[in-house]
Amino acid sequence: MADSLKPTPLLEQHQQLNARMMGFGGWNMPVQYEGITTEHQSVRQTVGMFDISHMGKFLLQGNNLRQQLQPLVPSDLSQLEPGQAKYSVFLNEQAGIIDDLIFYFEGGTESGVETGKLIVNASTTAKDKAWLLKHVSAEAIGFEDVSDSHVLIAVQGPDAIATLQRFTPIALTTIRNYRHQSGTILEQPAWFARTGYTGEDGFEVMVDPETGKKLWQTLLDAGVTPCGLGARDTLRLEAAMALYGQDINDTTTPYEAGLGWLVNLDQGEFIGMDALKDQQQSGSQRKLVGLQMQGRHIARHDYPVVVNDQEVGIVTSGSFSPTLGKSIALAYVSTALAKSGTELMVLIRNKPQPAIVVKKPFYRRPKL
Amino acid sequence: MSFDYPDDLKYMDSHEYIRLEGDVATVGITAFAIDQLGDIVFIELPEVGDDLSQGETMGNIESVKAVEDIYAPVNGTVLECNAEIADAPEQLAEDPYGNGWLLKIKLNEPATLEQSMTAAEYQAKVGG
Repeated sequence: MADSLKPTPLLEQHQQLNARMMGFGGWNMPVQYEGITTEHQSVRQTVGMFDISHMGKFLLQGNNLRQQLQPLVPSDLSQLEPGQAKYSVFLNEQAGIIDDLIFYFEGGTESGVETGKLIVNASTTAKDKAWLLKHVSAEAIGFEDVSDSHVLIAVQGPDAIATLQRFTPIALTTIRNYRHQSGTILEQPAWFARTGYTGEDGFEVMVDPETGKKLWQTLLDAGVTPCGLGARDTLRLEAAMALYGQDINDTTTPYEAGLGWLVNLDQGEFIGMDALKDQQQSGSQRKLVGLQMQGRHIARHDYPVVVNDQEVGIVTSGSFSPTLGKSIALAYVSTALAKSGTELMVLIRNKPQPAIVVKKPFYRRPKL
Repeated sequence: MSFDYPDDLKYMDSHEYIRLEGDVATVGITAFAIDQLGDIVFIELPEVGDDLSQGETMGNIESVKAVEDIYAPVNGTVLECNAEIADAPEQLAEDPYGNGWLLKIKLNEPATLEQSMTAAEYQAKVGG
């Protein structure tokens, strides 16, 4: 089955742990080891790790890099400090989302040569690369695609930093949220980003494949729970983080998806700006909301949302939330029905099941 | 991974098992299917008194990962549903052939189970 799927450098590690594997974005990836709920709870309560080597990883370097990228994103890159990261999106002319991404700004020289990284989704890596290089030349941004040659391991959970700290001389707590820094781990070069996709604190660590294998084993020996894409999905859903291809795509805009906070309309021209300005004026017709099911049925991707037998929206993601003990979902509904407390129905195998609109995120980690 | 498949049960392609005692069939889901589904969160069963025809969807079982239909393995009338397991579906994996039974069906006629498998046949099929 996996013949056409790319293995990550950690495939053998997953097989040793008897992981259940599946194709995801063209990669052969672990879905679960011990079980989704157990892995989920480890990340919420202690620490878990994910092989996310499938993510698209672009290294960039060029004159005024941020200025060159600026027309491609609706977020203001000019205010970024060296070592700061920015969550943003690529938009098409209609302000539909081509992909969501994180731009990690590293800094610049006195002569204005700046470096940074772009981390994008696995399934959209080729599309993003084509889009990027259609608008800026590979040479001008020193484009290098290291998606296949670097390992990325996410270490997440309340104990993530203390655990990781044992294996690196970098003072990890000095790297603030959405900041990043290069250093070493297990005495090998590594890059640390305090970002993640779980709603917990933690780091994403990029290393070469050999170091990656050692790091995986070292963390395993240190008691870190290996977690698959199944738990990654339930964790990000509780945190109400969008999954590209499910909650957001080429036809959904940042305003509809609840990502208006990353849009800055005053920073100069960018692709999709006119469409966003129009939508800001007229208001969006639909909004991505959080739903809590009243029963234990799971509202899954593409299930219709109805009111009085009228279709008023569609579910984009849904699962059982281990933290809340309830079924939760994300759905696009007509803006008039997007207020919390609104009662709706989700059509599950032709039967309407009651749901209520709730505030996002479903889960927020306790402040220390 | 190896699972238990008691010899006194019949097994369906769609992973239900049947225990025949007189004109009552007790139906559940095999250990293999439960493992494949992963964390089970919800079981929907028919109502007591519902008439079932062999092969029709009579309920479903929902896990974090997926939802699968449960098919009626015989013709008959629902005699009893296991309310305890419906309330605590996460316990299904602990004892699938005992406390994890799902429903009892009263047969309208002698069961026709040509389609079913023995424990050994089922085990060979699922590779366990």
